[in-house]
Amino acid sequence: MSTTTTTPPPPTRHSPLSRRRPGAGLRRFKDRAATAVLTIAMVLAMIPLVLIIFEVTRRGIGVVDLDFFTQTEPPPRREGGGYVAGFFGTLYIMALAVLMSIPFGIATAVYVVEYGPNRLTSAIRFFTDVMTGIPSIFVGLFVYGLLVIGWGGMGFGTFVGAVAIAVMMLPIVTRSAEEMLRLVPNEIRNASYGLGARKWQTIMFTVLPAAAPGLTTGSMLAIARGIGETAPLLLTAFGSGLLVTAFQGQPQGSVPTQLYRGAMQPFEAGIDRAWGAALCLFVLVLLFTVVARWVGSRGSVGGR
Amino acid sequence: MSTEVREAPRDPEAPQDSVGGTLRSGRGRLADPVFKWVVAACGTIVLVILALMVVRTTAEAWPVFAKEGFFGFLFGDTWDPGTSRTEITGTYSAWPFIYGTLVTATIAIAIALPLAIMVSVYLTHMAPRRIAKPLSYTVELLAAVPSVIFGLWGLHWFLPNVLRPFFDALEGALGWFFLFEGPVRGVGYLPAGIVLAIMILPIMTAIIREVIAVQPLDQQMAGYALGSTRWEVITKVVLPSGFSGIVAAAMLGLGRALGETIAVLMLIGGSQSWGASLFGTGSSMASHIAATFGESSPESRIALMAIGVALFLVTMIVNILARVIVWRLGQTTGDSAV
Repeated sequence: MSTTTTTPPPPTRHSPLSRRRPGAGLRRFKDRAATAVLTIAMVLAMIPLVLIIFEVTRRGIGVVDLDFFTQTEPPPRREGGGYVAGFFGTLYIMALAVLMSIPFGIATAVYVVEYGPNRLTSAIRFFTDVMTGIPSIFVGLFVYGLLVIGWGGMGFGTFVGAVAIAVMMLPIVTRSAEEMLRLVPNEIRNASYGLGARKWQTIMFTVLPAAAPGLTTGSMLAIARGIGETAPLLLTAFGSGLLVTAFQGQPQGSVPTQLYRGAMQPFEAGIDRAWGAALCLFVLVLLFTVVARWVGSRGSVGGR
Repeated sequence: MSTEVREAPRDPEAPQDSVGGTLRSGRGRLADPVFKWVVAACGTIVLVILALMVVRTTAEAWPVFAKEGFFGFLFGDTWDPGTSRTEITGTYSAWPFIYGTLVTATIAIAIALPLAIMVSVYLTHMAPRRIAKPLSYTVELLAAVPSVIFGLWGLHWFLPNVLRPFFDALEGALGWFFLFEGPVRGVGYLPAGIVLAIMILPIMTAIIREVIAVQPLDQQMAGYALGSTRWEVITKVVLPSGFSGIVAAAMLGLGRALGETIAVLMLIGGSQSWGASLFGTGSSMASHIAATFGESSPESRIALMAIGVALFLVTMIVNILARVIVWRLGQTTGDSAV
């Protein structure tokens, strides 16, 4: 059908087919033009990443030194000092969030893959998918309503912040763990049963170790995502410029919330420190993402 | 071999502490069901969390809905917080924020969707094999950049160096048109929408690319055999049969754009007004919650929660529709991190 609509009349009336070039004239031109346009689109899509990497590195590199990791932040007008409060808070919150989300996430995936499919597992799968799309700010509001002012009346703090981040990470861990467990071949399970192992022994000592590289990949990607979350923390950990070691009850800082506050105030020194924090955050996220892929690609069974 | 192992524990004299012995002992018999119930409980937690989210926040926000009424809350344009600790005294209507959300998300989709389709087609059908994989990794890397970094970069580099001159030119050329009416303030709907577009591009690309990549080759080969050019195969075979996947990707991107908080908050200007000009400042639902939450009275925090519930409902509807389409296609969405 395309030939009737777009082929221009051949230049000489009776030139034999064999001598005509296959995509002659307008059609050929369209094809070339489209290729060029799509290549430009690809370049256009890459530009922001290049610009971000370049600019964050250029403005951040001068700020990040030893002080940046060991001192708290002075008032935004003054230079020097650092984000130690944020780094400590992020580490604290992420450690708690990892403890909460990764075991639960992997256990959920085990249930879905090893005991499914049934109605419950399809519901779990569907809603985990849906959960990845919940706005992060709503997760913050939910944890605020549930724990900060609600049942516990716990107030702002490290723990409630970690709960919010864990809720953000949970669906990512579950979905990737699910895919990794599915990749474990059934022969391995059957071999384990053949040796007389029970189902739980098979899962714990055969399936999970076989999927370990893949599970690590998924967990690390989830951490990379959780580490940069800002909005839920503004509503739960609240943010702090001082070093806070309290488990709960005192507002806790983090790199992203401190970075956000630094970027939104008018003084140059504070904005510079925000660029430094952005560089650190970016390197952290990049590190987790790249190492995750590397671990995943090396894995014998779980890798893709 | 295995029959021997299986039969061994049936011997009543078999030692109870051996591996085979656990098959008989009371503790061993319970281990399997207990394990099953533990992992099932973990799985159910996802559902419990979701249910809690809906119930808890709605219950919390109910007084605001009750006072303003459903339509009053959605379409009135006065946001005048009261300072009470116990009851709702202010006026809470979320239209300016709903409008900001809709405008920024529309701008983002309008820019990102065509680009995402083009990039996916390029990656699957045109890129040399050697660079296709690194390129798609790089695009996915864009998805890993935290939104607060997009906000910082957008506010302190992209806006003053690229967008501002562009906006000034746009205002000079098209200022008579109501969408591009001045004054250009810098922050506003348009910059927020543009940065959002950059943020949702990798998510949409990842899904569209996968939908296109798994299409059966025979139809495309048939297209080539009929003498079609590559462009004709793409527009007449590949894209039409990938249509539902593209719709799903657009909706997932939309869901992300509606809920994005920090980058929008840093770029939209944070005013409580609304207006037709894309250069105007405003707030989105998510950005308004994050911006005013810290200094709010208990009463207006409840009202913010009402905005959150409305936002949640909209993004859930968009997401569920998108997921249903994707599930119908029978594909997993690939990289679960995006």
